[in-house]
Amino acid sequence: MGNIYVPLKTLFESLGCEVILPPPCTKKTLELGVANSPEFACLPLKINIGNFIEAIERGADTIVMAGGVGPCRFGYYGEVQKEILRDLGYDVEMIILEPPRGNFLDLTNKIKLITTKNNKTIKDLVRALRFAWKKALLLDNIEKQSSKLRPREIEKGQTDKVYNSLVKRILDVKDETELETLKEEISKAFSKIRVLKNKTPVKVGIVGEIYTVLEPFVNLNIEKQLGELGVEVHRNIYITDWVRENLLPSFLKPKDYKSILKLAEPYINCFVGGHGQESIAQIVNFSKKGFDGVIHLLPFTCMPEIVAKSAIPRVSQKFKIPVMTIVLDEHSAEAGFRTRLEAFIDMICHSKEVKNIAVLSGN
Amino acid sequence: MRIGIPRALFYYQYFPFWKNFFEQLGLEVVLSSPTNKEILKQGLEFCVDDACLPIKIFHGHVADLIGKVDMIYIPRIISIEPKEYICPKFLGLPDMIRNSISNIPHIVDTELNLYKGKNHILDHILNLGKILNIHQTRILFAYFKAIKAQRQFEKLMIEKFVTPQDIIDKRLTFIENQTFKKRRNNIKVLLLGHNYNIYDDYISMGLIRKLRKHNIDLITCEMVTKSQIKEGNKKLSKDLFWTLGKKTTGTAYYFLEHKKVDGIIHVASFGCGPDSLVGELIEKRAKLEYKIPFLYLNLDEHAGEAGFDTRLEAFLDVLEGRKHIEDNISTYG
Repeated sequence: MGNIYVPLKTLFESLGCEVILPPPCTKKTLELGVANSPEFACLPLKINIGNFIEAIERGADTIVMAGGVGPCRFGYYGEVQKEILRDLGYDVEMIILEPPRGNFLDLTNKIKLITTKNNKTIKDLVRALRFAWKKALLLDNIEKQSSKLRPREIEKGQTDKVYNSLVKRILDVKDETELETLKEEISKAFSKIRVLKNKTPVKVGIVGEIYTVLEPFVNLNIEKQLGELGVEVHRNIYITDWVRENLLPSFLKPKDYKSILKLAEPYINCFVGGHGQESIAQIVNFSKKGFDGVIHLLPFTCMPEIVAKSAIPRVSQKFKIPVMTIVLDEHSAEAGFRTRLEAFIDMICHSKEVKNIAVLSGN
Repeated sequence: MRIGIPRALFYYQYFPFWKNFFEQLGLEVVLSSPTNKEILKQGLEFCVDDACLPIKIFHGHVADLIGKVDMIYIPRIISIEPKEYICPKFLGLPDMIRNSISNIPHIVDTELNLYKGKNHILDHILNLGKILNIHQTRILFAYFKAIKAQRQFEKLMIEKFVTPQDIIDKRLTFIENQTFKKRRNNIKVLLLGHNYNIYDDYISMGLIRKLRKHNIDLITCEMVTKSQIKEGNKKLSKDLFWTLGKKTTGTAYYFLEHKKVDGIIHVASFGCGPDSLVGELIEKRAKLEYKIPFLYLNLDEHAGEAGFDTRLEAFLDVLEGRKHIEDNISTYG
């Protein structure tokens, strides 16, 4: 899921596990996943299965998966995937981390299962978590910076080159002091990219289901594509924000999270699972921040986002912000996708021009 | 005061309760017409195109009620069993209706949330009283009357093996006569699926009617006791958090384990989130571990009745064939 593998790999490596990264998602991953998953399951499950199979073929013997309590389907992914892998004849252990429902014992036991194997203490765990967290912060930072630079760069493709090499560097860093020196290197590398200083690109926000928003293979690299079209992209979900909003106990959650959710209330009045309510809230939030448009992403048959989708026409009308919904599945093709993006951006640019002319002529 | 209830989704589960409750309070209960072509058409028009068939049909039923009633009862059903949910689309249903259909009458959308315990049903009932502006004691009185009717309704389904529609439409005598008739083939089929799909004659294309015509003994999730479902669900390593899905797996695993059925038909709507995973779990077990024929019927607005019938008949032929072979095994080895 996007760059989330970087902090997670660091976390488990600091705990003494050997981490086997599945190769980045490719068509083969997708094909493996689609062939072995239930037909109507949502896309993330299918890609997960593909990832797992590829990782097992590289020698993985344990899979750590997150659980959940619904109502979104993700909470039951682990169980179904376990059955699928067993039927395929793979002999792997699956550790499913369930969110603690009042009893932390179960969760700590499972974490112990991972740590005690390698004689690690709670102190090591805390240290590992902190290191992984720092990496995650840094990754979000370079993602945000590069999406700002991409529409402004003079030599096309330079930002991506820098960005890719930086992700690799962060992945390889072994301790915290090295991370500090890397920070300086990052700002140097980004400042080297030559940009058009006085350009004010169109600003578009991306909202939707977390997996499709974060994983570039699934969303056909939407951030890069929009960058190439000269658009500055902001996502509603970054890894560190998500952790803050969802994994921390409620008194530690950032305060603006709740106030943003309130924005959705006239349209979706309660939690509908997944990111349904958040998507609507963020569309309102983006329009208040003066964005020119929003793109809403969801995997085919995603239940929470369908509820969100029903509210979008009203939100879009009320706040006068264009919203395009894109449904992604294993049949999404890049050419058609690109055409839709271009049309959407053209429309935004056009309406912006019309507005500006109106202002100039004093109407 | 006329209160409208759409004849869709949880109508098939809670109608006796709703009807008795509102009538006790002196309201006139108005049902939308049974699902028909016009309702489907309107549903398709109003609803988001990614939603599943029953949700689209629900939109149609709401549209059908416009002009006939003063208010429409669309509760926000979050959870009907502790620590479980219904599908996310139910959670957002009143919002979806409000966002998609314009100029509708007042929607009564009190929250029904039993996630934290069954006694929260009282919150729902009392909130309803506040909206309708009726005194608490009258509300509670109506509630106890209605819950009695609901219990009776649920008991009847389990004892007599009848469908909710049989009871609501008062077709009981007909069914009872039916059971005395001598059956030719005595095939038992487990019909799985959400109640709002299998009991809606239009959505399911008369599936129950057709099975009865073939003299098939039907069992559905509604005809099974809670303890049986619980026993079946012991085979799951992690509790499901969808009430309807849990009912389905529990029933399926119970009957598979006790080898009480000859075949399983699973009806799911196209794009149904929970069923895409639940169906997979059941189908795998039925085929691999128990070797019981399994028919998966997928419903959407484009389903053609002819193809549907052919598949159903072929499946029933398979069941009959298996029965025949079983009966003819030589007792001498």
